[in-house]
This record gives sequence, C-alpha cells and structure tokens, in this order.
Amino acid sequence: MAEYAAVNRRALIGKRRTLVTPEGVDLGLRLADGGQRVGAFLLDLLIMFVALIALTLLLVFIVSAFGLRGLETGAIVWLLGFFLLRNFYFILMEMGPRAATFGKRAIGIRVIARSGERLTADRVIVRNMTREIEFYLPLSFLFYNLSDGSGGGLTALAGTLWTLLFVLFPWFNKDRLRIGDLLAGTWVVNAPNRKLGADALLRERSESDAQFTEAQLDVYGIYELQTLEEVLRHDDGKTIATVAATIRHKIGSTDDRPDRDFLVAYYDATRARMERNLLFGKRREDKFDRGGTIRP
Amino acid sequence: MSSAAPALPADTRRFRAAREADWRRLEEIVARAERRSVRALEDEELLALPILYRGALSSLSVARETSLDLELVTYLEGLCTRAYFFVYGVRSSPGKRLGAFFARDWPGAVRSLWKETLVALLLTLVGALSGYLLVSGNPGWYDSFVPPDLASGRDFSASTASLRDTLYHDQGAQGLGFFATYLFTHNSQVSVLCFALGFAFGVPTALLLVHNGTMLGAILALFASRGLGPEMGGWLIIHGSTEFFAIILAGAAGLRIGWAVIFPGEETRLASATRAGRSAALVMGGVVVMLLVAGLLEGIGRQLIVNDLMRYGVGLTMLALWLVYFYLPRRSRDPSRG
Repeated sequence: MAEYAAVNRRALIGKRRTLVTPEGVDLGLRLADGGQRVGAFLLDLLIMFVALIALTLLLVFIVSAFGLRGLETGAIVWLLGFFLLRNFYFILMEMGPRAATFGKRAIGIRVIARSGERLTADRVIVRNMTREIEFYLPLSFLFYNLSDGSGGGLTALAGTLWTLLFVLFPWFNKDRLRIGDLLAGTWVVNAPNRKLGADALLRERSESDAQFTEAQLDVYGIYELQTLEEVLRHDDGKTIATVAATIRHKIGSTDDRPDRDFLVAYYDATRARMERNLLFGKRREDKFDRGGTIRP
Repeated sequence: MSSAAPALPADTRRFRAAREADWRRLEEIVARAERRSVRALEDEELLALPILYRGALSSLSVARETSLDLELVTYLEGLCTRAYFFVYGVRSSPGKRLGAFFARDWPGAVRSLWKETLVALLLTLVGALSGYLLVSGNPGWYDSFVPPDLASGRDFSASTASLRDTLYHDQGAQGLGFFATYLFTHNSQVSVLCFALGFAFGVPTALLLVHNGTMLGAILALFASRGLGPEMGGWLIIHGSTEFFAIILAGAAGLRIGWAVIFPGEETRLASATRAGRSAALVMGGVVVMLLVAGLLEGIGRQLIVNDLMRYGVGLTMLALWLVYFYLPRRSRDPSRG
C-alpha cells in the first residue's frame, strides 16, 4: 500500500515540469496527459467537420441561387475553405494570445515553448505542418487499405504500420511529445481557467470543533487531506458516504453527525493542525510518512 | 464567525482575505487581454499588470509553503502561468511581423538552405533525366510514371493533333478559377507532405522529389517523341519555374530536418532537430505563397497566354525574380542583428 501511494505521488510529480520565471518562482507546470491531448484533438476535428458541412451547405446555396454560373465560384470557395481549414485552423488559433485551439481551450491546455520563451510563429507552423504525416497520412493509408481490398493490400498494411509509428510516438516518450512538438521545441501543458470559489468549506464549518483528539488528527498526511478536499468539492453523495465510513472506522470515531458535516469538521480540524505544523517545518506528505524520511 | 477555537490558523485565512481582491483583478485583466488583445486594456491596467503579476507570484510562493488548500494553490498556479505568458510575451503587430517575414526572414531562411536546395534540385534533375531516357527508350514505362488520372488522355495512344490541342486550350475559358484553386491546394498539400516526411531521415522526401522529376521527364519524352518538345517546354515553364522551385524548396526544408536528425553535430539530436525544424518552417510558410502564385499562373496565365515565346518570357522572368529575391546579397538594416 505504501508503495502504491508512493507510485501515485511519483506519477503526479512526474508530470510536473519546471519553468522558473525571472522572479525566481517555479511555475511547476503540469503536462497535459495523453487523454487530454486526444480529447482536444477530437473536439477540433468535430469543429472542423461542422465547418466543412457549413461550407458545403454554402456551396449548395450558391448553386441553387445562381444556377450553374455560381458553381465555379462556389467550388472555389469550398476548395479554398477546405484548404485553409485543414492547414491554417490550428496554426492561426495557436498563434493567438491563448496559444490554444477551441478544443484545447475547452480541455484547459495550451502550447508553450519548452524553453519558456515566447511561442513564435515558426514553432507553431512546424508543429502543425507535421500533422500531415501524423494524422492525414495514416488516414489516407487506412482508406487506401479499406477501398483497395486485395490488390495493394500488403503495401497498404506496411504503410499503415509505418505511419502508426508517427501516431503512437507521443506514448513512447515521457514528455508526451508529438513529432511536431519535438521539431518545434514545444510542449502542451495544463493551463486551466480556474475560478477561485468562495471559501465554501470554511463557511460551512460546524460550531462544535474540538471533538477530535490529537491522535485522531494525526492519522493522515497532506496527500489524504487534499484527496478529501477534492471529495468534498465534488460533493457526490455515494463517495462521501464511503469516505466517511472509512475515516470513522480508521480513527475510531463515534461521531454521529451527517456524513458531510462530519467530513467537513474533520477536514477543517486536520488542515488547521497540519498548517500549524507546517509553520514549524513539519511536513507530512502522506499517512505513511513518519517523519525523518526523504521527500520524493 | 465564532470566536471559539478557529478551525484554521488565523494566518492562512487572513492571507487569503488580504490578497484575494488583487488576484481577482489580475484574473479579470488577463481574461480580457486573452479574449481580445492587449490593446483592449486601459493604460492604468497595463501599468498595474506587472505589479499584480508579481504580487500573485509571491502569494503563490507563500501559499505553497503555508497553505494546504489545494484549490487555492492550483488557482494561483494557473493564474500566474497565464499572467506570465502575458507579461513576458514580446509582441509586435501582425502587419509588422508579416512585413519582416517577406523583407528579411523568408529570403534569409531560403538562403541558409542553399546546400539542401542544390541537393533537391539534383534529385529532381536525376529523376527527370531517368524518366526521359527510360520513356524514350521504351514507351511502356510511361504508365508506371504518370498516373492515368493525372495524364487525362496525354499518353502514347493519343494522336499528335490531340496532344497539341491539350497544350493550347486544355480547359477552355470556363472554370479557370476553379482549376487554379485546385492546383494550388493540391500542390500545397504535396509540398507540406514533402516537408513533413523529412523527419523520417529525409528518405521519403528524396523519393518524392525523384518521383516528381520522373513524371516531368516522362511527359517531356512523350511530347518530344511527337516533335512537340519546345511547345511543351513553354506550357510547363510558365508556371513550372515557380512551382518546381517551390517544391524543391519544400524538399530542401525536409532534407534539412532529416540531415539534422541523422547528423546532429555538437548538439543533442533533439536540439539539432528543433533548430532545423524552425528555420525550415519559415521556408515552408513562403512555399505556400509561391504555390499560390504558381496556381494562378497555371490556371489563368497559361490559358490566356497561348504564344510560346510569351510563355517562355513569363516563366523565365518569374524564375529570375525569385532568384534575385532570394539570393541577391543585401545589406541588413540593423547591423547588430548580423
């Protein structure tokens, strides 16, 4: 169990990347994980797809309004629109001040230069032009495979395998770099637009505080405390019941308040004690941390 | 609030209460600047931005050491990150950036690729020569070099008269614009692929260049066998000087990346690839512009100009213009930039 927690913690720390500002503070950026990247990309594809449908409707409209004379203009608009969408949607969006496409914004991630400098246009162009071999090329091989059937089947299979190399590249390096990221010197980090909620947990505090003994408050460490905080913020009835039962059992409490009230009271009391300890230089990473050990 | 035994150390709560207004102001300013641009900010806000940013950073340091409120720390980390990229992102207007690109950055990047450009040119010529010789020797090769949908009737079974016909009015006056657009988008896609494949050690890029050359050679051989060589040259050169130049530059950009991956020199492989990738990207940005010009020349210019001499004149003039633009030595306006 101790090992599991340690692995879990190391995974969290493993996603942190140092970016020290000129003021000397490490921003401690968190890399976007594979799921977030794929999710953002799928959202972008969806947006592009919808735009393409709109473009096609426009073409149909032009043709129906002007007859065949409008066909050429309509076709030019469609072809150029498709070209711009395929090549410049990503580039223009990422060159903007938020350095993120609509999909990335929705997920809460953005592109930054690995060196921490400004994200320049050339970097954005490289990272998006390589999408051609990372996405469109495998896609065309796949379609070739499907439509062709027997004829060049083996060739197409070899092609698909070869292009899979590019597609799966991000899963084989610890920084989750696409080939485009590699060439451009960029990576994708979490930059969620978080709102600071009113200090809800504090206000709900029940009036009677002092019913936990010191031993009961010393059961857990920071990791568990912050997990508890997340549970309380998500406010899911079932989870709260489970967690409350576990904690009651663990600390041997006979407290019979409603589960949520009990957890809030326990959270406040534990946090107060731990923060006081922090001021004295005592930092307990998790429940297995018995002091004197090396922090990861 | 009850005075009995505060649940949190008074410090933590006072810390947040004292600074929260500043954080929210910073958040509001950054959000507005992100939504529109820095110009949407008032002077007073611009002055306040760096101060608020540094305040938030110092809050972050304090919070990390003394507070166990995960939400507070992640909020501050997010806020500081967003503000950091604003305060330290040096920006110039898009117009100025575009001006600098065409005046200095693009030709500079092309010049720095001169070795790869020569190699790409050589590969194309080797392809063209072998295509020409093979097809002249045995017309059976033609079909394997030129895909039938691209040839659209221009093959050895066609009569000389119909071949001559394709040179002078192949599309008719209608549909010129569409044809130009189609050529432009198609060629751009091919050249982007040519560039991107450079990452695979440049091998696919070289293959694409040779392939492109053999196609050219094969078509030339077909027309030369009917005594239409010079006319075909005119048909090709009017746009080909620009188009082939662009494709060769895209290939050169791909080769540069491949070379940097195989032979990184003193740098690490990653750093070398990154540096090559960025200078190659500048070239690629311009290649798209060149292909747009080529598409216009091919789709519209070639259909309207049917005089061979004029076609040669336009094609060679374009080539001369590109060469002067890229390679003519020029004095840099700012000597400190080198």
